[in-house]
Amino acid sequence: MKTRHITEIAGALLLARWKQTLVAAVGVTFSIALFITLLGFMEGLNQLLDGLVLNRTPHIRLYNDIRPSDYQPIDLSEEYKQYYNFVSSIKPANSRKEIHNAQRIIEDLRKDPLVLGVAPKITAQVFYNLGNVDVNGIINGVDVEQETKLFSFSDYVTQGNYYDLKNVANSIVLGIGAANTMMAKVGDVITVTTTEGEQFTLKVVGFFQSGISEIDKTQSYASVATTQKLLGESSNYISDIQVKLKNMDLAPSLAPQYKQVYGVDAEDIQTANAQFETGSSVRSIISYAVGLTLLIVSGFGIYNILNMLIYEKMDTIAILKATGFAGSDVKKIFTAISLSIGVFGAIAGAIFGFLFSKIIDAIPFNTDSLPTIETYPIDYGVQYYMIAVLFALVTTYLAGWFPARKASKIDPVEIIRGK
Amino acid sequence: MENNIVLEARAIYKSFYDPVKIDVLKDISFNVKRGEFVSVIGKSGCGKSTLLYILSTMDTDYQGELLIDNISMHGKSEKELAAIRNEKIGFVFQFHYLLNEFTVLKNVMLPGFKLNKYNEAELESRALSLLKDLGIEHLAHKMAHKISGGEKQRVSIARAMINDPLIIMCDEPTGNLDNSNTDMVFDIFKELTEVYHKTLLVVTHDMTFAQNTQRTIEMEDGRIVP
Ligand SMILES: Nc1ncnc2c1ncn2[C@@H]1O[C@H](COP(=O)(O)OP(=O)(O)O)[C@@H](O)[C@H]1O
Ligand SMILES: [Mg+2]
Repeated sequence: MKTRHITEIAGALLLARWKQTLVAAVGVTFSIALFITLLGFMEGLNQLLDGLVLNRTPHIRLYNDIRPSDYQPIDLSEEYKQYYNFVSSIKPANSRKEIHNAQRIIEDLRKDPLVLGVAPKITAQVFYNLGNVDVNGIINGVDVEQETKLFSFSDYVTQGNYYDLKNVANSIVLGIGAANTMMAKVGDVITVTTTEGEQFTLKVVGFFQSGISEIDKTQSYASVATTQKLLGESSNYISDIQVKLKNMDLAPSLAPQYKQVYGVDAEDIQTANAQFETGSSVRSIISYAVGLTLLIVSGFGIYNILNMLIYEKMDTIAILKATGFAGSDVKKIFTAISLSIGVFGAIAGAIFGFLFSKIIDAIPFNTDSLPTIETYPIDYGVQYYMIAVLFALVTTYLAGWFPARKASKIDPVEIIRGK
Repeated sequence: MENNIVLEARAIYKSFYDPVKIDVLKDISFNVKRGEFVSVIGKSGCGKSTLLYILSTMDTDYQGELLIDNISMHGKSEKELAAIRNEKIGFVFQFHYLLNEFTVLKNVMLPGFKLNKYNEAELESRALSLLKDLGIEHLAHKMAHKISGGEKQRVSIARAMINDPLIIMCDEPTGNLDNSNTDMVFDIFKELTEVYHKTLLVVTHDMTFAQNTQRTIEMEDGRIVP
């Protein structure tokens, strides 16, 4: 028995009930299209929300933690070596936040093939002066070019020109929240007081909006040199080295290596932002669950149609068997019917899924907290199409399997005698 | 081959349990030789159809032995029996039983698809020449449900012949036809045995039809009348 003849018979039976089979196929199409759209949309949102933080977070951050020394003098004493020593209220020594030899470490890291880029950073605690009132703030000293290249800094500068940070001496990009509190405009000059008590005037060259208002109220940006000046440090002073890797997943294994090689503290992004991973995966699980449920429901549709078709085509099945078709041939015929519904539904579903995604992608979505976003986010990952199509084929196969088996077991004598 | 027996029944018994035991066939033994035109007659309800379903391998629930082409059908799987039906037995039913989703030509060709002995072009020309012999060549491309009863019965005869079977079995092939169509079908059967040397086993309750066949087996209450 040639496959072509099986499909020819299947096709003829299918066409005889083309309206019902079309309904079943539309069910599959609909569920696949929704599955693809739902997951693309959900994953787009996930990436957007994660990106809010993760895009701007280094994969590995090198710094010097201020903490007491791991070895206290008593640990070095020969006499008390075999004792268990308790020392309470240990205070850190006057160690510096500065990373020793930072410039050399940066050069070294840039040569590492796993590293995408390295950017230095300094943070300075300041008070923004508002007449008599002081507002807490943090100024991040950054290398404008590296920061833009690695952490999309320019995307978040909503007014003014981020590049002026480099060109204009003693300039600052204010967080939008802080700027509103101070009623500052681009071009204004503001005053800040450092923790050492010194006052500086800085020229506002732009506003910064991250989308997280807590950050926008306190954080501002200045160049590395300006910040060094604020802190009264030399031009060698760097407190943080931010490393962006080519593959983010390597961060947890590389961080301890850097820690050892360079003698600094190293924190990877996964440790620093564990909660984001969890949120994303829960959202993904929910959308997969909804999507797969849709596909299963459409499988029941196919099951129904096939059962009905078999009931209607008893005579045909009996004749096929009487003329020498085996039960297995009949089973193949009905499996072919359900699979062709599945294949047709899957292809159409993938196309419609893509179209729906395009439509959502074109819907305007403007929100103050997400300055870089203009339309709803969609992820066009090919994996959703693969999963949907694969799952649809499996469901339709299973949905067809039971009716097909029933058809293969029909006793032709019973049907022929029944007339 | 030492004999030319095509079909042999040896002491076949069959009972239904509905819900009490009814013996429908009792000790049926006979054979059909190559080229014979045999009719089976008997009153309605005497077990003719039941016997034919057993002889055609579709019903396997019986006692006794059935040999087709000198091979016992005992213990054969559903798949093997289907293959035997396909290759060695042609079937004509009372109620025509064509597949309405297909054309007349495809209906005739279907058992040939299963046998897979001829390619599609050969099969088609065989089917067309059969239809031509039966005088319905012009209907080849009509859908099966759009032709008349007599025509349908001729199409099922063509279908029964497509794989060149050892024996053609018919269950009241004229039971549903008017006189002129009955005569025509009978003439076809006669021609099949005389010109094409086919072997035919025809169940009927039409006495005149039976009288014109070579041999008549009469049944009564599930037994063959000696
Ligand atoms: N499935 C069945 N269950 C119970 N009794 C049956 C069944 N099929 C047929 N019979 C009985 O078997 C007998 C023979 O039936 P059948 O072979 O169709 O007779 P015929 O074809 O000679 O008219 C009848 O009495 C009928 O009632
Ligand atoms: Mg009968």
